[in-house]
Amino acid sequence: MSLTQDTFAFVADVVRRRSAIQLEAGKEYLVESRLLPLAREGGHAGVDAYVREVRAARRESDLAEIVEALTTNETSWFRDNTPFSALRTHIVPGLRAERTVLDGLRVWSAACSTGQEPYSIAMTLTDVLGPGARFDITATDLSDQVLAQARSGRYSQLEVNRGLPAPMMVRWFQRNGHDWQIADELRRTITFTKHNLLDPAPVGPFDIVFLRNVLIYFDLETKRSILGRVHRALRPGGYLVLGAAETTIGVDGDWERVPVERGSVYRPVQAGAVPAPRQAPGTLAGAFTGATPAVPATAPRVPAAAPTSTWPVQPRPATTTLPTAPRRPAGPAFEQGVTR
Amino acid sequence: MRALVIDDSRTMRRIVAGALENLGFSTVQAGDGQQALDLLESGEEVDLACIDWNMPVMDGLTFVTKVRANPAWRSITLMMVTTESEHGQIVRALAAGAHEYLIKPFTTDAIRDKLDLLGLVPAEEPV
Repeated sequence: MSLTQDTFAFVADVVRRRSAIQLEAGKEYLVESRLLPLAREGGHAGVDAYVREVRAARRESDLAEIVEALTTNETSWFRDNTPFSALRTHIVPGLRAERTVLDGLRVWSAACSTGQEPYSIAMTLTDVLGPGARFDITATDLSDQVLAQARSGRYSQLEVNRGLPAPMMVRWFQRNGHDWQIADELRRTITFTKHNLLDPAPVGPFDIVFLRNVLIYFDLETKRSILGRVHRALRPGGYLVLGAAETTIGVDGDWERVPVERGSVYRPVQAGAVPAPRQAPGTLAGAFTGATPAVPATAPRVPAAAPTSTWPVQPRPATTTLPTAPRRPAGPAFEQGVTR
Repeated sequence: MRALVIDDSRTMRRIVAGALENLGFSTVQAGDGQQALDLLESGEEVDLACIDWNMPVMDGLTFVTKVRANPAWRSITLMMVTTESEHGQIVRALAAGAHEYLIKPFTTDAIRDKLDLLGLVPAEEPV
């Protein structure tokens, strides 16, 4: 896929007039990757078709969305909070209850960009597993450039300002000139590797896979094949964490949705396994127990879910509770993100 | 929710207050720590205080210490918003009782991220 010059010129002009940010030639990739979720949301095959409609419709809201998509840097620490508190209060306790020894936990952070996600996972696991516990994180991305920064563990002032709790900052970072350097103790837990999600998964098996805010960039068939590879790379009883606006439902039926706090995590359903109950009582998030793909009302970029009957693979509208999940998640980690 | 913005720079107060108002806060401003304390003592009730470090009359760290010493103000969330960016200063502010620390310059996204961490972002933002 590549943008037409006409599309790029239009988008660059809108962004320049409204934000003063110059999108020079060579930034076509940025335009395409940032606008593709908007295009998919609107049911378009690609960015060119989406921009054609935007130009025809002349809606102010479309132009504002384009500018926002191109000027917002989404990379922050502990992004969305919920996945990391889920790791702390549900996923690790869940794995711990099912295994005699929880040592050598393996995590894959897919599409890790400049490293904020795998480092946030490492900070969380260090806390929750306790001193001396071993774990390792395989962090992958398509871009050599972002991987180089991630590996270096060096971040600018603006980058550490984004979502990093101050106690974590003083614990894990030291000033290095104008930048901040993350501790070697954390860097040692992560292996950064170049990887394309369209290729076979990195060597597993993994206990936990973070695959957040990346499926939105792909069409249905590609989503399904990526989820299939992730399924095979996960240990039985492992966990998949998707972005807040993403779900396996309607895409790949081999996953069981587990409501956790304000979102969901997913567990692979094994071949030959008894189908999970359609609805489990007493789930932590009662609003998520229905068969309808539940998406938080605040999630802006949800690919529209088509009626289930049109999908070749029937979705499995299953939700269960984790037997070990505390009924009332307690502590400050859970309170993060809860609106008062 | 209501926020107290404490900074000796009027421009900075306007920027911080503007960002907070966009997130649904009402704001009240003070030009130094003493003015801010006076406001609290006069009965002004706030959920959040955003506090510069270096100010005349009373600096931000002293303000944090004084607020933390009064149990009546225990529910106020304290966030330093300052150019002071040494590791040791962040440690001092947290030890004195600040909940969060945002280093200038910052983007409005960064202030939102911090409030999100503190559980202070309203569910419905004004459009």
